[in-house]
Amino acid sequence: MHELSIALSILEIAAEEADRRGGALVKAIHLRLGPLSGVVAEALVSAYELARESSPFPESVLVIDEVPLKTFCAMCQQDRFVVSIQQMCCPECGAPAIDIKGGDELEITAMAIQDPLPGGQSSLLQSKSSSHAN
Amino acid sequence: MPTETRLVEVRTKILKENDRVARELRQRFREAGVLVVSLVSSPGSGKTLFLEQTLTVLRRQYRVAALVGDLATDNDARRLARAEVPVKQIVTGTVCHLEAEMVQTALVDWQLNELDVLFIENVGNLVCPATYDLGEALRVVLFSVTEGEDKPLKYPTIFHTADVAVITKIDLAAACDFDRVEARQSIQSVRPGMRMLELSAKSGAGMSEWLQLLEERRREWSPAVP
Repeated sequence: MHELSIALSILEIAAEEADRRGGALVKAIHLRLGPLSGVVAEALVSAYELARESSPFPESVLVIDEVPLKTFCAMCQQDRFVVSIQQMCCPECGAPAIDIKGGDELEITAMAIQDPLPGGQSSLLQSKSSSHAN
Repeated sequence: MPTETRLVEVRTKILKENDRVARELRQRFREAGVLVVSLVSSPGSGKTLFLEQTLTVLRRQYRVAALVGDLATDNDARRLARAEVPVKQIVTGTVCHLEAEMVQTALVDWQLNELDVLFIENVGNLVCPATYDLGEALRVVLFSVTEGEDKPLKYPTIFHTADVAVITKIDLAAACDFDRVEARQSIQSVRPGMRMLELSAKSGAGMSEWLQLLEERRREWSPAVP
């Protein structure tokens, strides 16, 4: 069960990102998860529900995009989805899948955030200085 | 009134910190000319005896050492110390796998350039270690004949992240009705082309092929070695 430590890492990265955006509220975190990452989506969601309780974003959710496993089939000379992670071969010609394309994705791709209210003096200053920087 | 929710792009690997430390370690290992081999398996696959025998033979020719991960107890480290090589235990507590930072910390007072081969025995677990790069040059996955021929089909991910599959306790194959052909097919189904070895650390069968493989990898890893 390493999903809990993965969930905590996700929240840590989300908090850093939120800080960078002047204290935004994170509503959702979008992930890409490959079958070779060694992380099970269902287990990660359960772990996340536990981990978010003690985070700044107790109402945030994970949106997981499970990436299918692809291979470049040397026989067919094109990209194919493999039959399964247990049966790593081309579904068309049955050739062994040697040249695997990705599959180990374990990454955050996007976050749904709410920007902080422009009420406080400090956040106003921050947004001014960042607009200057841009 | 809260502001509207908007989607922002964030491209970040979740294990970026582990990956960073693992990359640093791999670089240090290469510079020091030490071949680092990690071992992963279920509990009870015969990993520790396999490592003990490997260390006993290799130490005649090479400067070898081992790091051993375990949830609790230093029994394995004490067993391995019988091979009379430097052994350090990493007690992971509740953590079910080793991470690159644990390896980094464990190595803090070791001189890497005084070593030729370093083994890292992971926590007995075929699931979680798959996710964490430790900076090793060679990852070996082991399973014993008592565990069944379909072990690779049940734990495909670890076979994908490993470089070599070793079937252990081969001296018990007949007693367990272990079908070697089926086991090899399972490995090849999950990881076509994977290098496979069958051996028994107890009887010594197949150990020479394993030692030869290590020798090959050592030469590939560090072309300057004599």
